[in-house]
Amino acid sequence: MKHIIQLIIILFLTVGWSANVLAQTEMDAIMMNKKQFCNGPAYMYSSWDHYWEGKLNRTNENLGRVSTQSIMYMAAYGINGKLNVLAGVPYLWTKASAGTLHGSRGLQDLSLFLKWKPLSETIGTNKIAVFALFGFSTPLTNYQIDYLPLTIGLGTTNAIMRGMVDFQHKRFSVTGSAAYIRRSNVKIDRSSYYDTQAHLTNEVEIPDAAQYQLRAGYRGKYLLAEALLTNWTTLGGFDITRNNMPFPSNRMNATTIGFALKYTVRSYTHLSLIAGSNYTLAGRNMGQATSYNAGIFYAFYFKQRQQQ
Amino acid sequence: MEKKTYYTVFWIFISVVIASCSKIVSGRTDNIPALTPANIDLDAGSWKTILLQRPDTFAVATPAAINSPSYKAELNEIKGLQQHLTGEQKRMIQYWSAGSVLRWNEIMRELVAKYNLAPYQNPDGTYPAPNPNNPFAYPQFPFANPPYAARAFAYISAGQYDALVAAWHFKKLYNRPAAYAVDSSIQALVPKTTLPSYPSEDAVVAGVTVELMKLMFPAEIAFIQQKVDEEENARLLSGANVRSDIEAGEALGRQVAAVFVARARADHAGAAAGTSQIWSEMASNTASKGEIPWHSLELPDRPPMLPLFGNVTPFLFDSLTVIALRPGPPPSTGSDEFHQENVAAYNQIKNPTRDQERIVQYWADGIGTYTPPGHWNAIAAEDFIRENYSEVRWARNMALLNMTLMDAGIVCWNTKYYYFNPRPTQMIPAVKTLTGIPNFPSYISGHSTFSESAATILGHFIPANAAKYEAMSREAARSRFISGIHTQLDCDKGLEVGKKVGDFAVLRARQDGAE
Repeated sequence: MKHIIQLIIILFLTVGWSANVLAQTEMDAIMMNKKQFCNGPAYMYSSWDHYWEGKLNRTNENLGRVSTQSIMYMAAYGINGKLNVLAGVPYLWTKASAGTLHGSRGLQDLSLFLKWKPLSETIGTNKIAVFALFGFSTPLTNYQIDYLPLTIGLGTTNAIMRGMVDFQHKRFSVTGSAAYIRRSNVKIDRSSYYDTQAHLTNEVEIPDAAQYQLRAGYRGKYLLAEALLTNWTTLGGFDITRNNMPFPSNRMNATTIGFALKYTVRSYTHLSLIAGSNYTLAGRNMGQATSYNAGIFYAFYFKQRQQQ
Repeated sequence: MEKKTYYTVFWIFISVVIASCSKIVSGRTDNIPALTPANIDLDAGSWKTILLQRPDTFAVATPAAINSPSYKAELNEIKGLQQHLTGEQKRMIQYWSAGSVLRWNEIMRELVAKYNLAPYQNPDGTYPAPNPNNPFAYPQFPFANPPYAARAFAYISAGQYDALVAAWHFKKLYNRPAAYAVDSSIQALVPKTTLPSYPSEDAVVAGVTVELMKLMFPAEIAFIQQKVDEEENARLLSGANVRSDIEAGEALGRQVAAVFVARARADHAGAAAGTSQIWSEMASNTASKGEIPWHSLELPDRPPMLPLFGNVTPFLFDSLTVIALRPGPPPSTGSDEFHQENVAAYNQIKNPTRDQERIVQYWADGIGTYTPPGHWNAIAAEDFIRENYSEVRWARNMALLNMTLMDAGIVCWNTKYYYFNPRPTQMIPAVKTLTGIPNFPSYISGHSTFSESAATILGHFIPANAAKYEAMSREAARSRFISGIHTQLDCDKGLEVGKKVGDFAVLRARQDGAE
């Protein structure tokens, strides 16, 4: 059985305010083999009752616990062993447990990634590989942006560049990556807003962001188990003022710790199950979210079928 | 080969991302041209003032003759300044040339947005009140909520108007030409005008505004003084005013402001927050009539917003008229009619369309914004820019608009606290609102009252836009029903009352000598 299913693992990052959903596949070091197609749904639940107003960690009785749920369809295809295409589309819904604010729901952003492994070397029992990822994401619907913390997304069109290095010693692996996220400005429904000064326009300058991740763990034939440390840093933006509402161009930062599991069913390798969780350790202008996710994926082996 | 393709894709991607256009956002009025009045309104010194008894209540000294040594020295000051203009100085000249009333209106709106934040609760669940005598302590003074903002806009706009009428009186009387008209070696960096330059209209507006802002936004004095300095400097550098034009103007403005400050201190706004005894009496009085009283939907219970604002002295009519303008009661809270109004609100919020959400957010003007009165100032200002008004007409129209909005606020607040009527969400907790729920009684809708009063007077100023303003007012009212904040009845009654208040302003506009 040569074809170990190279499965999709999903992580929902920075689910503080707006449930920016990013696929973990663009952060892991797993590649699909040639002509392998894998797809399936994943569910995520994220919630917080504490959030950071600027740097101040607080609660809000008029929000209670704010939760975001999503179902994301993910797909990955191996053009070859060194170049994969990944795509994802999430549907989200938000809710506040207290207060009077109405929740939101809707289809969020389509994301597409090219994942490229230009270098990989094996030295004895050690393997090292270098990856480059190019991503693009854009809203699929004209959802409300300026409705934090209950909006489903920030509405930016993003270009994402990520560099990643993976080291594997026998079954133990360590992966580090850094990404730069170029974010477009957005247009909100209001004709004017105040951040640190008045703006007579509906256009909001959204600062770019960086994201870093370190992950390490066991990488077996059927089981993957990794611990994750992730940081999202907005490169600019402003702090929420005292008792004010959040705004799309806030300086939203978060550091999360978590784990990701993937299990490929040994007797039926078309099928994989994933699960994971993340907890926000530190942040700024975001909810202190705890999230859980689970998914099930099915893989097709086109090449194998041709051989038969 | 394959690798080359990847590298090509990589570099195309990188260059597209890096080259993608600049993110700098510019505002709608950042780069507007200099104000060039279609009519300088030379006789505006005879227009009816609001509080001043006469345009020459405060004397402005006869200026030095243009052939006097002291005046020539003033011209030399400008010539010296104009030799080394920095880019920043040119930018300031361009910014202020768009109009003093416009720019100060924008600055006011900015401060309202900055200060429109409800205080955070104390550990024991009570709320601290902003203290005008200690404006820097948390919670900062003021909490620039809609009634507060309406009143601030009204005083400052009305003060600017009276000060400019006085200025126009002296301009015509002394008839001193602009510096660039006296000495051709002085460049005119703003459009030339035949309007006499003494006293400077910009300095008059700056002077009256800075004094009134001290009352309204006491924690911003340094910021405001910096704007005053910028504006006055820009006028000197532009070759339009000599220093004595500016000094005389600022002094006149400050004197006029004192009249408005005196009124503001006695208009009952200082007591508008009420006391805990008054708050509970309002509730118990309503209950004793067999009606369900409003209660705060915030946690912890927040005291109602300015429950005695309805007692503030209006500008356009007397306090008895406030009571006469108050509409009849809403249906009894126990009636089926009232229930059906709230059920309609519930049915509305269940599945809002995206366009309905857009309307709600466009008009929400909630926490951290310049409030509905500020929104109508923005609408007015952006249309006035196209009308090429003189400064004094700008001020007159803004004063009428803002006195209207303040008086609309007074009648609306008077009504709200007279009936102390609960919101749809209080009656049916499943009415989740599409924007933040205001902390005061429901009947009648503030947005509707403010909007229709503003639309009425603006439609009078610019009849070609009357239908547009009317449509905007209707949409603003509808936004409150769509959002679950109000019943349809609250909105309809608000529009009715707003129209009546607006008509008072129209009446005044017809009689003030400017038309």
